[in-house]
Amino acid sequence: MKKRNMGLVLSLVLAAGTLLGACGKSDNQGTDTSKDGGKGDTFSVAMVTDSGGVDDKSFNQSAWEGIQKFGKDNGLKQGKGGYDYLQSKSDADYVTNLNTLVRQDFDLVFGVGFKLKGAIEEIAKQQKDAHFAIVDEQVDQPNVASVLFKEQEASFLAGIAAAMTTKTNRIGFIGGMESAVIERFEAGFVAGVKAANPKAVVDIDYAGAFDKAETGKAIASKMFTSGADVIFHAAGDTGNGMFTEANDRKKKNPEKEIWVIGVDRDQADMGPDIVLTSALKRVDVAVQDLSKKAMDGSFEGGKVVLYGLNEDGVGLAPINDKAPNKDAIEKAVNEWIGKIKSGAVKVPGTRDELKNFSAK
Amino acid sequence: MDYVIEMLNIRKEFGNFVANDNITLQLKKGEIHALLGENGAGKSTLMNVLFGLYQPEGGEIRVKGKLVKITNPNIANDLGIGMVHQHFMLVDTFTVTENIILGREITKAGHIDIKKAEQEVRQISERYGLSVDPQAKISDISVGMQQRVEILKTLYRGAEILIFDEPTAVLTPQEIKELIHILKTLIKEGKSIILITHKLKEIMEVADRCTVIRKGKGIGTVNVNETNPNELASLMVGREVVFKTEKKAASPKQDVLEVKDLVVKDVRGVTVVNELNLSVQSGEIVGIAGIDGNGQSELIEAITGLRKSESGSIKVNGKELINHTPRKITESGVGHIPQDRHKHGLVLNFPMGENMVLQSYYKKPFSKHGVLNFKEIYNQARRLIQEFDVRTPSEYALARALSGGNQQKAIIGREIDRDPDLLIAAQPTRGLDVGAIEFIHKRLIEQRDHGKAVLLISFELDEIMNVSDRIAVIFEGKIVAVVNPKETDEQELGLLMAGSNRKEAGADV
Amino acid sequence: MSKRLSSILTPIIAVLLGVIVGTIIMLASGYDPVAAYTALWNGAFGDIYYTGEVIRQVTPYILAGLAVAFAFRVGLFNIGVEGQFLVGWLAAVWVGVSFDLPRIIHLPLAIIASIVAGALWAFIPGLLKARFRVHEVIITIMMNYVALHISNYIIKNVITDHKDKTDMIKDSATLRSEWLQSLTDYSRLHWGILIAIVCCILMWFLLERTTRGFELRSVGFNQHAAHYAGMSVNKNIILSMVISGAFAGLAGAMEGLGTFGYATVNGGFTGVGFDGIAVALLGANTSLGVFFSAILFGALKVGALNMPLEAGVPNELVDIIIALIVFFVASSYIIRVFLDRFTKKGVK
Repeated sequence: MKKRNMGLVLSLVLAAGTLLGACGKSDNQGTDTSKDGGKGDTFSVAMVTDSGGVDDKSFNQSAWEGIQKFGKDNGLKQGKGGYDYLQSKSDADYVTNLNTLVRQDFDLVFGVGFKLKGAIEEIAKQQKDAHFAIVDEQVDQPNVASVLFKEQEASFLAGIAAAMTTKTNRIGFIGGMESAVIERFEAGFVAGVKAANPKAVVDIDYAGAFDKAETGKAIASKMFTSGADVIFHAAGDTGNGMFTEANDRKKKNPEKEIWVIGVDRDQADMGPDIVLTSALKRVDVAVQDLSKKAMDGSFEGGKVVLYGLNEDGVGLAPINDKAPNKDAIEKAVNEWIGKIKSGAVKVPGTRDELKNFSAK
Repeated sequence: MDYVIEMLNIRKEFGNFVANDNITLQLKKGEIHALLGENGAGKSTLMNVLFGLYQPEGGEIRVKGKLVKITNPNIANDLGIGMVHQHFMLVDTFTVTENIILGREITKAGHIDIKKAEQEVRQISERYGLSVDPQAKISDISVGMQQRVEILKTLYRGAEILIFDEPTAVLTPQEIKELIHILKTLIKEGKSIILITHKLKEIMEVADRCTVIRKGKGIGTVNVNETNPNELASLMVGREVVFKTEKKAASPKQDVLEVKDLVVKDVRGVTVVNELNLSVQSGEIVGIAGIDGNGQSELIEAITGLRKSESGSIKVNGKELINHTPRKITESGVGHIPQDRHKHGLVLNFPMGENMVLQSYYKKPFSKHGVLNFKEIYNQARRLIQEFDVRTPSEYALARALSGGNQQKAIIGREIDRDPDLLIAAQPTRGLDVGAIEFIHKRLIEQRDHGKAVLLISFELDEIMNVSDRIAVIFEGKIVAVVNPKETDEQELGLLMAGSNRKEAGADV
Repeated sequence: MSKRLSSILTPIIAVLLGVIVGTIIMLASGYDPVAAYTALWNGAFGDIYYTGEVIRQVTPYILAGLAVAFAFRVGLFNIGVEGQFLVGWLAAVWVGVSFDLPRIIHLPLAIIASIVAGALWAFIPGLLKARFRVHEVIITIMMNYVALHISNYIIKNVITDHKDKTDMIKDSATLRSEWLQSLTDYSRLHWGILIAIVCCILMWFLLERTTRGFELRSVGFNQHAAHYAGMSVNKNIILSMVISGAFAGLAGAMEGLGTFGYATVNGGFTGVGFDGIAVALLGANTSLGVFFSAILFGALKVGALNMPLEAGVPNELVDIIIALIVFFVASSYIIRVFLDRFTKKGVK
């Protein structure tokens, strides 16, 4: 993580910074003494996690970081009338949590994760004055903004990096639960690998859960043992088991080249010697972006907001300095970013689309 | 003569209940001192006070003249007091030696010096005539042997004073003889013994003196050679006790139970009832005499449907019932006072009322259309409790709360009240005191006089001799002899039970 | 001290001890316990909405608690309530989405489907126990996983076309009521609570008042005595598991037809079945006890959600308190010793 070559930092990271800086300035006047003024005085925003919790090192955490950043930039305090989160412990808690936040007059309430779809659909119908946003799903209500990501574009770039790093031509993919979101990750990743190295094979396995690190570890172990040397996960907490397994193996045999690729956040902190890069899904960026729009009075209710490479909503984290052909990877990744942004290449988002995908 | 132990005016209360009310017990060196009392009289409480398990509310304890406070069993051990419990405290999977040294292990360089321990165990066992194999596993040796291990345990810990809590309750007649011999050897070697019991015969045989307690009060101490069983019994119960149960001659009529060529296997698949033949007629009591483990339990379980029979025939009133369900057999007129009242006879966590209808709850008037009628159930319970003199706080008290004797009376009441043609009584007086025994014997004879068939199984020869009209001796799963109690004696029965004289006695019933 | 009084006092003291230790933990980690418990109370009863949610949460807890308690009374430890709950949920929703029927037929049909599914799921371990003496704990634990993955598969591949969640059940199969919702300011309170209460009474009646219950209780306390008395031990074991599973399946219907109105693919267990063990334990396996302890657990669970927002206390704390309560109930022997000592001193 330290001493990364900033020169190549993927443009979106910088861009995100500028964006944040901008909103930071725009709205500070008059909100210094932000108290529980209730509705109207100050803008307030909150989120409900799925059962992962705000410290899941991935999806929920990223969203919460976004809200915190937004809150601080706008001089809000944590708590009622400012910014806050509620954690769900089971599926039954979503509705209660969302309702609590609406009752506390938060101006915008995020539901993080596709599992909250049903809950938001239901409450949005009851509380027509409240504003909601759902991440990773689509809800057709006039007071709900749906945030979707083009995960396939980020994982496509991760696939490029993986394909150019592998020596065994075996690459692993660990999914959490099968869902449309994770399918996008999978399809994009496989497409990326094929595009850069048609000889490489991708082993695909699903843990069946987002919170089973031990399953993640077992799958990673199986993949490494069967010859894979790069593994990518899109599995939330489950993926943490993959990092553990890779760190263990690296410690036992430092000579052997094995790499893993993180997801959602830049997960370089999970292992400086083994994390090649991470497929970024900037939930934080999206959350801040949407909050800012809502604060400015242009809440995108009823719309689906898509965040892809062009919107700086997804991307690839810096490549690890220790990676063998780092420069080549960076070069290739940048080329592909150009192609995707220009629309010359359309990354497949489903297994069906992947079948018809050709890299050229 | 010096007293090794003096318990003076001991008082022990549990809440409002006084378990020991100024009881005095003085143990001389080198004597066997019996502590006699009915169940629940306070014998165990007194001994638990001496062993440090309870603290008395009043009185004092002196050991060799010195006033002591025994606040836990370790102190009792250090004072040379050892207890042989009725329920053995042994680890089944350990060897004899391992059990004996448990808690007092001799270690050499951090691990147990088992050789040395075995040597010591052998020494002690030879000295006191307690022959055991130090290397045998507890689960492989007999109950009598296990008791020896318990005795060795206390001796190994240097006990000078040994307390035996109902030591003969679990033993066969042969083992009892051996135990009495052991007790005498221990005295010769300078030990002193307190023997808790309610069996008068044993007291007369081994004890020097006897302290009697009744309902928590000390009645007094007598020299055994100056008394007789009748006096002891009336001291214990508080009234005259009749030992020889009065009964008219039996007038047997038709066969009620006919068992032919019955074969039953036990859990391990060993044939334990082997082509057994037996019949019981209405109006007679047939007693089955035999040493424990000769197929008695399996025979009863087969007749009552609790165990599967391999082959043969069991007819009650001419109806074939082999391998029928317990319910069918019960409904065909069989009553069963089970050997183990806690395991089979009662649901200890049920109130007495519900226990009283354990087999008849589904019948009118106790239920209708599958719904219980508690009014009728408790009416029935009240009636039986009164009729059979069951002492219980109320019919709503849990069966668990009653003493063994009263539990047994309740079971007998329930079984008799169902008016069965065949009443099977398996060890109906085990662990009970003379008062209860007398009561139960009377009831069994009463049933006979009403023209019922009674099958009695007991390991107590006295009981068999006293109550039965015919005695069937069982040996290795066969009835080896049928004798008339008036024409035999314990000597002959003992020999038959041990398997000799089989030819002469004849095998047919 | 009478036995009855001490059996009522024991759980209450266990709860108080749980709260006290929870307070100490909060103080030690720098949180304000007064604010936390106020937030907990407000989150459960501070607003009619939350009270509605508490009742909604209590409903499956009662039924799951009854399921555990019923088996326990017959001497069986049904760890598989979670699995029976999941299949019951699935069955109810399946019927709920698949048919178009008048409500008078559709709703009962969906409920019966959940009962049958839960009962069947519990029948398997019951049968194995009765026939082969296979321990029910092992089988029921394993059946939980089978239930989880099979219902996930069915939702994804049979009921829907590779979706994570079924459609909403038809209105004719729902337990929800606009009237109840409007009464409680849009909470998800549904008619299921009535079913749960009826089940409480039903279990009490069945166990305490019928000959069948007499047999079940006999088998629970002493199989040997039951056998001696002519009852079929095996039949009663199977029956108790089936009834236990029926309660658990019904708990699933409460979620499927009431709280959610759909079924989703689950990554892990919902926890309702396992909470049912704690509910039954605290309720001393009686139906009245289960009813009250379900209310307590439901209030704790729903109220806890309010704690981070109102008091800044992480809601995991409530999990700790619940764990402590269960711990103290399980070690109620200690409490009983204290009670005895206390009363003895009082008498003197």
